[in-house]
Amino acid sequence: MNLKLRVWRQRSAAEKGKMVTYEVTDVSPDMSFLEMLDVLNEQLILNGEDPVSFDHDCREGICGSCGVMINGRAHGNGLFDSHPQTATCQLHMRSFKDGDTIDVEPWRATAFPLIKDLAVDRSALDRIIQAGGYISAPTGTAPEAHSILVAKKDSDAAFDAATCIGCGACVAACPNASSMLFTSSKVVHLGLMPQGQPERNDRVVNMIHQQDLEGFGGCTNIGECSVSCPKGISMENISRLNHDLLGALRAGARPKS
Amino acid sequence: MALELFTVGEPIADTKAPTDVPIGERWSERRFRAKLVNPANRRKLTVIVVGTGLAGGAAAATLGEAGYKVKSFWYQDSPRRAHSVAAQGGINAAKNYRNDGDSVHRLFYDTVKGGDFRARENNVHRLAEVSTAIIDQCVAQGVPFAREYGGLLDNRSFGGTQVSRTFYARGQTGQQLLYGAYQALERQMAAGTVEQHARTEMLDLIVVDGKARGIVARNLITGEISTHFADAVVLATGGYSNVFYLSTNAKGSNATAIWRAHKRGALFANPCYTQIHPTCIPVHGEYQSKLTLMSESLRNDGRVWVPKERGDTRDPRQIPEAERDYYLERIYPSFGNLVPRDIASRQAKNVCDEGRGVGPNGLGVYLDFAEAIGRLGRPAIEAKYGNLFDMYAQITGEDPYEVPMRIYPAVHYTMGGLWVDYDLQSTIPGLFVIGEANFSDHGANRLGASALMQGLADGYFVLPNTINDYLASGPFDKVDDTNPAAIEALEGVRAQTERLLSINGNRTTASFHRELGRLMFDLCGMERSEESLRKALDRIPEIRQEFWTNVRVPGEAGRFNQSLEHAGRVADFIELAELMCVDALHRNESCGGHFRAESQTPDGEALRDDENYAYVAAWEWTPEGVPPVLHKEDLEFEYVHLAQRSYK
Amino acid sequence: MEPNFGAVVTVTNSGQRRTPKVAKTSSVAKKAVMAVSGIILVLYLIAHMVGNLKLFAGAETFNGYSEWIRRIGEPAVPGQTVLWIIRVVLLVAVVAHAWAAVSLWRQAKRARPQQYVARKAVAQSYASRTMRWGGVILALFIVYHILDLTLGVANPEGHDSTPYDRAVAGFSNPFITAVYVVALLALGFHLRHGIWSATQTLGQSNRTRERTVNAFATVFAVVLTAGFLIPPLSVLVGIIE
Ligand SMILES: Cc1cc2nc3c(=O)[nH]c(=O)nc-3n(C[C@H](O)[C@H](O)[C@H](O)COP(=O)(O)OP(=O)(O)OC[C@H]3O[C@@H](n4cnc5c(N)ncnc54)[C@H](O)[C@@H]3O)c2cc1C
Ligand code: HEM
Ligand code: SF4
Ligand code: FES
Repeated sequence: MNLKLRVWRQRSAAEKGKMVTYEVTDVSPDMSFLEMLDVLNEQLILNGEDPVSFDHDCREGICGSCGVMINGRAHGNGLFDSHPQTATCQLHMRSFKDGDTIDVEPWRATAFPLIKDLAVDRSALDRIIQAGGYISAPTGTAPEAHSILVAKKDSDAAFDAATCIGCGACVAACPNASSMLFTSSKVVHLGLMPQGQPERNDRVVNMIHQQDLEGFGGCTNIGECSVSCPKGISMENISRLNHDLLGALRAGARPKS
Repeated sequence: MALELFTVGEPIADTKAPTDVPIGERWSERRFRAKLVNPANRRKLTVIVVGTGLAGGAAAATLGEAGYKVKSFWYQDSPRRAHSVAAQGGINAAKNYRNDGDSVHRLFYDTVKGGDFRARENNVHRLAEVSTAIIDQCVAQGVPFAREYGGLLDNRSFGGTQVSRTFYARGQTGQQLLYGAYQALERQMAAGTVEQHARTEMLDLIVVDGKARGIVARNLITGEISTHFADAVVLATGGYSNVFYLSTNAKGSNATAIWRAHKRGALFANPCYTQIHPTCIPVHGEYQSKLTLMSESLRNDGRVWVPKERGDTRDPRQIPEAERDYYLERIYPSFGNLVPRDIASRQAKNVCDEGRGVGPNGLGVYLDFAEAIGRLGRPAIEAKYGNLFDMYAQITGEDPYEVPMRIYPAVHYTMGGLWVDYDLQSTIPGLFVIGEANFSDHGANRLGASALMQGLADGYFVLPNTINDYLASGPFDKVDDTNPAAIEALEGVRAQTERLLSINGNRTTASFHRELGRLMFDLCGMERSEESLRKALDRIPEIRQEFWTNVRVPGEAGRFNQSLEHAGRVADFIELAELMCVDALHRNESCGGHFRAESQTPDGEALRDDENYAYVAAWEWTPEGVPPVLHKEDLEFEYVHLAQRSYK
Repeated sequence: MEPNFGAVVTVTNSGQRRTPKVAKTSSVAKKAVMAVSGIILVLYLIAHMVGNLKLFAGAETFNGYSEWIRRIGEPAVPGQTVLWIIRVVLLVAVVAHAWAAVSLWRQAKRARPQQYVARKAVAQSYASRTMRWGGVILALFIVYHILDLTLGVANPEGHDSTPYDRAVAGFSNPFITAVYVVALLALGFHLRHGIWSATQTLGQSNRTRERTVNAFATVFAVVLTAGFLIPPLSVLVGIIE
């Protein structure tokens, strides 16, 4: 296949960026999207041009490093009816047709400052976790594992929420650039476990507070996040987060300043 | 053995394990004898932890909780992305929740035997002992392990063991365990005990007066190269499978941290011990950038076969039963498709070498579920393996419910690593090595679900206890960037960076990496021979030579530059590859994942040579042109009797 | 390269970044304000719609109903007390609702100053996309509506007329009815998404309820809009005179 790529090129956050057009020839349908970018980059390097920077690591859809907007969709999710929701590294070129033009852009959000080209800084998500996305269980203090029983239903639901890979596609796809789906996945995962109860109120209040501090937008329940999420994290989690937050505020929990 | 390849130095031994007490008491005895650090003094002691995988994440969090000042480094943007996240299958622990005869001793025994008797008994026993506390710890953190309806934890049997001791979280166990450690780590970062250095790559170790006192690292965003100091340094940087270019590791997985520490004096043990996983999706083209593992659990229901005739290119569904060779079931009637990884991999290679491999390039065998679907029904197969089947379909574009899967072995894990003693301290005082980066617990072959166990054992329970003994003699004299050793290390890294950027040749870093990888897989892969290894040893110096004269690394040092990152890693892989081949050549026996064509039983099984090779090969680095020095650590087996593995 | 021995810090830590003002009140709390005030308005609208349908019962009934509103609670409380309470509650609700909406709108704008070159919506509906501008239309409409039918200043009949006369006079004018139709369609869309959104915001949705909530929101929006539209259109076509 031969493709035309329009890629966002920007040397740094301080400089201006623009879409640049490249032709990529002889693309095999078995290539992954990132392998196609690899091919482009090798061409660019040999032509003496600057290769396109993009984040990636595991290339099997689990680390959450990769992620670009493909034809206006985060990870390309939602472009192809037959393709399940995945991370960019699991999108394969057989989904495209010879002669296609593909627009490739970075995640865009104030909370995700651009580093270079398609790579952005998502450390804001880590700071949301720092604000309370954990259970305080210092090493060595744990009781015997079977002293804590968890109903299978709850542990399965907690697992579903816990599969979030922190890729930031939800933020990228959200018209408000809100990280609500990400934050809710952690709040719900820990909130469903008995171990997570003692810190439940403080956790949700502090995580939401940090989310606002980082400059994410507010959620208006549109649902672009969930259909863009490689792990299919559901909107239900946002509802549960809201429930917890309102309960926590009523119970007097306030964010740590 | 050819003397020009290496020289033999002084033997080496672990002196930390208290061997004067029975094996079951050694760990508690060691903790008792180890010096402690008063909580008030811990604040004055700094520890650098490089890596945030299961090992590094757990260690940094635990040391932070203990009150040390920790500086944590990793190369991805978030600690949550360490490659531990990709582990699928599960984690072992001797809980004996199934009442099926499991015990610490059995886990210990299985691990030593599975490692083909090339691991140190003391370390393995301790691993089995602390395994149970790991599960407790992870449950307390909220890791959503699979559970039974009664609310208790579920277990499965994994990797051919006869007991069910594997804990799992669907097909994402590594992810969930890592997030537990990651969250604990983020908690300490928020508490201010752990200083964070995201997207920062360690490029050298600073050794002052014989002690590890810091690192040189490059901020991958700004390109700034700087020094960082501490009273001790912990490396938890994972495995080096990417020396083969194509592996199941992440693209960024590298040997750089341990290799540069090796060049500063840390011995590198058993570099040739690599594990090749039998069930991966085959290579589909030249441009392929990595290989994807399909969980081993598939072999519980899938049947492995190839056509009896070579060059049979019919649609597999058209090939009648009589013309199929279910070779694992044929050769190993009692274990069948469930033989250990190394055996399944080698047999796949054998049938492909015979020209009976399937798929576009003849490097693949079928893993067929038709029989299981017939027996259990499609819904049952979907429930068990649905996510794996989907992943396969996404990557290959073929529907495994209809057409048999094609699989081929891929490099997956490296048992070798920096040599450490019972305290997990390397031969450089103050340099500790944990997780896949060290060589310690798996001998010549790792059992399934044991790497996660080892990473967390090292990180949560072993290192935080043993490091006290070293730190108790600190705080050491203050070191800063005026120290000559620091200046030398910093300048060395800068010089190498400048050099890489200035060559401006005609080949990309990726093209060198691919070439090296193919060579290593062909000549130092599933089967090695004197001939293949000598060929590799002839070729690698040429690749190295060409790399340093003809690589093209675009861009600048003072910016985000992924080509530059890759160049440094490839340079180290080339050097490491050479040592791996030397190690593989010198070890003229077959054991575990190391199969020497010269050392096999009449029916083609690995043949150990305990007489001559029951030792750990710990290599000392020497400058280019001087052969490396081999230090042997003799392995003693007090509790497990040496026996030939047999799975027939 | 200049030698630089400074410690490496992560490029962005929260301290270096401007703290948006919006963080003083949690975005979710604002959403809750919006949901609660929205629900108050919805409840009022139900009653309002039912009342409007009394136009079909003729001038006397309708005017009587309007009188009754002013007398609720009498003689326990002086005349119009309850009406004023309702008015104050509605005013507070509208102001709170609009304040929260505007502040979240601004937060969202700050959250993505640079737009995508290419963007494709999949989950976003017309209703959810038009919440904000639709809300602005509603706000303008509410002002106009009060001037028109409550105060009568903007009504052809003037403020001395009876409510029935004002309604009939106004809606006989196709332009006025057109304004109402546009505004009520905007209301319909606003409620289609608003009811679902409020359920989520108040934490009352879940995977099994999700479909029901959405179906209810659609039905409710259609019924309410239709209920409001029938009287003006009937006047326009002459069913009510
Ligand atoms: C696909 C796959 C599936 C697996 N499945 C299982 C399983 O089911 N059960 C099991 O027990 N084991 C499994 N394993 C093995 C196991 O996952 C790994 O051995 C283990 O997770 C390694 O953990 P680690 O902490 O040592 O290293 P990693 O998790 O690899 O972490 C390395 C860390 O070091 C950092 N780092 C590396 N180099 C540098 C540098 N130069 N400078 C700074 N930082 C650096 C990285 O950023 C990262 O944080 C699997 C492995 C793979 C690849
Ligand atoms: C008749 C009057 C109105 C009613 C009945 C009403 C009702 C509602 C309801 C129920 C919600 C859902 C709350 C939530 O998101 O949780 C909502 C949301 C909203 N309303 Fe209104 N509203 C009215 C007027 C207005 C006005 C005047 C504005 C203009 C400023 C406005 C702007 C918004 C916005 C921006 C939202 C958030 C949209 C979203 O969640 O996506 N509304 N409204
Ligand atoms: S919720 Fe989904 S889209 Fe958002 S960060 Fe997690 S995995 Fe990515
Ligand atoms: S590279 Fe890891 S999720 Fe795509």
